[in-house]
Amino acid sequence: MERNRQIKQGHRKIRVLVAKPGLDGHDRGARIIARAYRDAGFEVVYSGLHQTPEEIVQAAIQEDVDMVGLSSLAGAHMYLFPKVVELLREKGAEDIVVCGGGIFPEEDIPKLKEAGIKEIFIPGTPLSEVVKWVEEHVEPRD
Amino acid sequence: MSEIVKKVASGDIRAVAKLIRDIDDKVPEVREVLKDLYPFTGKAYVVGITGAPGVGKSTLVDQMVTHLRGNGQTVGILAVDPTSPFSGGAILGDRVRMQRHSLDEGVFIRSMATRGYFGGLTQSTRSAIDVLDAMGKDYILVETVGVGQDEIDIVQSAHTTIIVLVPGMGDDIQALKAGILEVGDIFVVNKADREGADRTVNDLRLMIEMDEKRYKDGWKPPILTAQAVFDKGIQEILEEIENHKAFLASSVERQSALQHEKARHDLTEMIKDQIIQEVLADIVNSGEFEQALQSIAERKLDPYTACDTIVSKKIKSGTR
Repeated sequence: MERNRQIKQGHRKIRVLVAKPGLDGHDRGARIIARAYRDAGFEVVYSGLHQTPEEIVQAAIQEDVDMVGLSSLAGAHMYLFPKVVELLREKGAEDIVVCGGGIFPEEDIPKLKEAGIKEIFIPGTPLSEVVKWVEEHVEPRD
Repeated sequence: MSEIVKKVASGDIRAVAKLIRDIDDKVPEVREVLKDLYPFTGKAYVVGITGAPGVGKSTLVDQMVTHLRGNGQTVGILAVDPTSPFSGGAILGDRVRMQRHSLDEGVFIRSMATRGYFGGLTQSTRSAIDVLDAMGKDYILVETVGVGQDEIDIVQSAHTTIIVLVPGMGDDIQALKAGILEVGDIFVVNKADREGADRTVNDLRLMIEMDEKRYKDGWKPPILTAQAVFDKGIQEILEEIENHKAFLASSVERQSALQHEKARHDLTEMIKDQIIQEVLADIVNSGEFEQALQSIAERKLDPYTACDTIVSKKIKSGTR
């Protein structure tokens, strides 16, 4: 199909929203991830600090991203991350992949995945791996 | 009328967002949608905001949105940021300053990347303006990376163009004179609490008063000072936008001349775009192109001859 061929040629660009929900003010990690995504050829929308799940979901929809990357270092991930997934579902945007990064107790990770977070990246994950995961798991919308 | 046109015209956010994505990704089917959508456009007032990186465009836009919303106006925002020429990726960070409006139903914010287009405003941006217009936004604010003299595309798509500067650009204004300074309808010296604001205003005034051609036209661009972070000077900017709007509407001839100029520009750009897409891709993918590259690299052939040969052959085959 003509359209598929075009998409394969790279016309469809991966668009990602990098967002920081909650109250912690540490966005160094989020910025570094954003930069790595840019260098991988993605279009990265960065929405800044202190975002509510509602704001993140609205941004994801308006920007029509393929993936939302959430960063949290303050311990509220068990509430904030699943909330984003839930709100996306409510808005009929469950096709947008959600993944997260930050510092989490190990036992939280399976629970987050169960709640619909596709992947969790913990400190020490090489940037190349984070990028590779997106390339392998996130398809630009057809 | 297709389902998607109906949805966009009724303001469906998801439909609008997806259509802009399809426009950006140059999905061929989008063309038909845009044709059907066109009758719904032409109602919004488009304001371009441009200036060097870091002068505070996003913050200014954010404050303008607050004021416009206070007056009951709906607003669409297109924030354009550059694509990395090396990776093809982009970081679109303008939302950071505007996120407080993201839950407001009367505001639609979209970040766009230039995707390697020179001129600050791509064909995609122009089409995206049409989409936000069709969805019923009263005002559309287009924020572009105005880094140089060529980046004046916005003028053709905006009814009012605002150029944002900061103090301390004194000598730079001289350098910019032939570029963006000629296209501003309103000038804003932002961060006006900084040293040198008065001087920047004076430099601008001198520059504008020397620009007799524009002056004669009847609109003398006002120079305003602002401190966007503190919400100072924003109301004045909006008042001048209204003044400029009234000025444009005050003469039927001026209005029709503007419409004509915009039509000429849009159509020329569209044709250029399509030719580049359809013809250039063909040429670049041809064996002849590769051969020519090789010969030029080995200095057996000069690029001028190669270009003439390839283009004249292409034109002949195209008209056949």
